[in-house]
Amino acid sequence: MSGASGAVSAAVSAAVSATGLSVGYAGDPVLAGLGFSLGRGQTLALVGANGSGKSTLLKAIAGLMRPLSGELLVLGLAPLAAPERVAYLGQFHPSGFVLPLRASEVVRMGRFAARGLLGKFGSEDEEAVREAVAAVGIADLAEKPLNELSGGQRQRVFIAQALARRADLLLLDEPEANLDAASRATTRRLFSEAVAGGASAVIATHDIDAAAACDFTMLLARRLVAYGPSADVLRTEALLETFGVVGRAEGDKVVVIGREHGHDGCEHED
Amino acid sequence: MIDFLFGPFLRNEFMLRALAGGLLVSLSCAVVGTFVVLRGLAFIGDALSHGVLPGVAIALLLGLPGMVGAAAGSLAMILGIGYITRRSSLSSDTAIGLLFVGMLALGVVIVSRSRSFSGDLIHILFGEVLGISWADVASQAAAAVAVSAVALVCRRPFLLLSFSAEQADVSGFPAKRYHGIMLLMIALTVVVSFKTVGTLLVFGLLIAPAASAALFAKKTGSMMAFAWAFGAFSAYAGLLASYYLNIAGGGSIALVATALFFVLLALKRASASRRAGATARGARA
Repeated sequence: MSGASGAVSAAVSAAVSATGLSVGYAGDPVLAGLGFSLGRGQTLALVGANGSGKSTLLKAIAGLMRPLSGELLVLGLAPLAAPERVAYLGQFHPSGFVLPLRASEVVRMGRFAARGLLGKFGSEDEEAVREAVAAVGIADLAEKPLNELSGGQRQRVFIAQALARRADLLLLDEPEANLDAASRATTRRLFSEAVAGGASAVIATHDIDAAAACDFTMLLARRLVAYGPSADVLRTEALLETFGVVGRAEGDKVVVIGREHGHDGCEHED
Repeated sequence: MIDFLFGPFLRNEFMLRALAGGLLVSLSCAVVGTFVVLRGLAFIGDALSHGVLPGVAIALLLGLPGMVGAAAGSLAMILGIGYITRRSSLSSDTAIGLLFVGMLALGVVIVSRSRSFSGDLIHILFGEVLGISWADVASQAAAAVAVSAVALVCRRPFLLLSFSAEQADVSGFPAKRYHGIMLLMIALTVVVSFKTVGTLLVFGLLIAPAASAALFAKKTGSMMAFAWAFGAFSAYAGLLASYYLNIAGGGSIALVATALFFVLLALKRASASRRAGATARGARA
């Protein structure tokens, strides 16, 4: 009895908690039977190749896809129950090109969840927008139309939009896409500042370094390969299972240090 | 000169009614057309404006007001488009295209049952801008107010939707709901506009001024303002041309609107290449 209620309160206080969770499309579960719990103030990296299910799981947590089965609680509630407390940075912004939108307006959209349909923007909102714009270093681009920005600049605008939410939970799908090394470093610092401030984060990535910076890592390959503290999980054997091949940079060359066998093999050009 | 430009509207009430209708329809079309252009819904807008034909035809056969039939036709079209985009694994563009050709054909078939009806078909397709009543103008005013009010109230979800449907969802504004509201706004605009410019040409007034505005506007609000200015000019210039040259009013309005787009596009290209040339010269010097 006390054990059961303890588990329930743990799920309620967790940032994300899943039991027997299956996600994917009807008739095509991408991931099945997932169980995990991410505490408040903790970070989780979802690592896997394209099509491994990391974006699908992130969308389910964001409430963009209904779980096929199982239970999923986000900040103790159903997904999407508190949109102003959860920020989601997706991977594709297909219509961002034709819009006559300035960068600052895109960042302001991050505050819409908190203000709803007609709520007036207050000083808190203006400050959150200003702060996010300054943090990602786009203050001098803020009044430029979005379609005049480069891919990397645009990605920083989208990151600022997510930060402006001042959310308790950040859900980030490949946040470092299109970023150069300097912006990547800035972005990681910003996310760790947000986490230091009490927020939790789930980050989908295929960058091992980015995953190593998170508290926990989940390796995915259309199934759960490994889950645990990042230092324990990010080992060659597990990565081999996840990606099929593991390399290491040596000078300007990549040296393959492991390759999974038992595949068809004929696709490789060696 | 002043009499040349304004006389026709001051001396003839039918011209004044047409101008009032044209200005009001331009407003609805500017507001709705802006979102249609931003979201790339041109094809759905096209389908909606053509899909009303069988509704209008049936209403006229039964002796009901054409607007009632148009409303029924566009609602059927919205439901059809919704069903297609939910169910079909086929490209929804293909299915929507077939749906609108089917509706158009149905309209023509219904019309062809009655011989005296052929004149009406021309009116449905191309409008009878010089034959609209003050009651029509009143309904166009009501629609313009309604469309503007909804756009104002829903400006945040509409902006999010234009940016990314996913961001609308995760911000607490269900994308499906606001997409549906947008389709209803397009339908309402088509329903009150078809008498003025016709079902074939209403699409021109929906798209052309907003597309012209998109060439210049840096904000959504100013895009709507530009679109209304371009649409209103098209209505005025088209009516004037139709008066002096004795050509079809609805067609003239749509023609001015589309011609304006291509002229502005050419001007923009020219100024962009001039600026690029100046920059290159500056770099050499």
